[in-house]
Amino acid sequence: MSHEKPTGEQPGGKLAGLRGRHLRASALIGVLVLLLGFAIAIQVRTNSSGDALSNASETDLISILDDQDSRADRLRQQIAALQTTEQQLQASGSRDTVALQQAQQQAQALGVLLGTLPATGPGISMTITDPKHALKAADLLDVVEELRGAGAEAIQFGPIRVSTSSAFTDSTAGVQLDGQVVAPPYTVLAIGDGQTLQTAMEIPGGVAATARAAGGNADVQTQPTVDIGVVRSVPNPRYAKPAGR
Amino acid sequence: MIAALALVAGIVLGLVFRPTVPNGLEPYLPIAVVAALDAVFGGVRARLDGIFDSKVFVVSFVSNVVVAALVVFLGDKLGVGGQLSTAVVVVLGIRIFGNAAAIRRHVFHA
Repeated sequence: MSHEKPTGEQPGGKLAGLRGRHLRASALIGVLVLLLGFAIAIQVRTNSSGDALSNASETDLISILDDQDSRADRLRQQIAALQTTEQQLQASGSRDTVALQQAQQQAQALGVLLGTLPATGPGISMTITDPKHALKAADLLDVVEELRGAGAEAIQFGPIRVSTSSAFTDSTAGVQLDGQVVAPPYTVLAIGDGQTLQTAMEIPGGVAATARAAGGNADVQTQPTVDIGVVRSVPNPRYAKPAGR
Repeated sequence: MIAALALVAGIVLGLVFRPTVPNGLEPYLPIAVVAALDAVFGGVRARLDGIFDSKVFVVSFVSNVVVAALVVFLGDKLGVGGQLSTAVVVVLGIRIFGNAAAIRRHVFHA
């Protein structure tokens, strides 16, 4: 039966009118099916062009919108939380910076006082002559003590930077400062108020008087700028530890 | 034969011209396509059965498309557009499968 249909259509062509009608019908069918193919192509392309929202129903769109809204809310909350964290971190960062600056200033001041950093500033330079080698360690210690008493912040005695742990000792070779022999004439540099230091040196019964009594002399000169370039190594306390504040 | 060529030509034209669907027609096009496919499958089956009639095909094609679009339009107006579209697609899908089964029996005798 199925083999019959091509011939089944043919008999229509026996009459001219029928044949014309058949042609028109074929053309109409062709147009319709062409439109169908056209529509299929358009629809497939529209669907696959990625704009899924245009085909979504109203309820779908509403739920999508709700999703987006709640997502945006969550993201906004995250942003707020992160901003708070950022502010906290910045605040603590600036606190840390201030603390670091203070610590650095402190370290520099301590380094100058302790003799571990070079120092410069107004002060005095002093030359003590002692041709008879009559000045003992105690006398030289008096020099340093007097300078400290007069507010000297950095002292260089001969080639040695004087610090908190400096010690004068008498030995057969002469006076030693921190285990190193120092010989006259002694050159002393001190940073501080030059006038005060000079007065302290020349006070009656003071350093200058002692030097003169020993047969030498002490020549004190105030200087606008005294450079003390000699440094000591940083002391490393073996026993003492910083106590917790 | 002409129909098959026309289908291919239509697809090619659609791909070449890349027209955009007017917004008003957008919900109806997929349904119309499915309805037209149903008509085409019915036509092929009728042809294999030897009872193909051009007039019946043209009328069923056009009316299928129009009715499908009308149903969806009505559904949209009543607020059940999505469900009605699904219903139309299901019904037409069942018909397409039935027609395809008949065509298969003709072609493969199975």
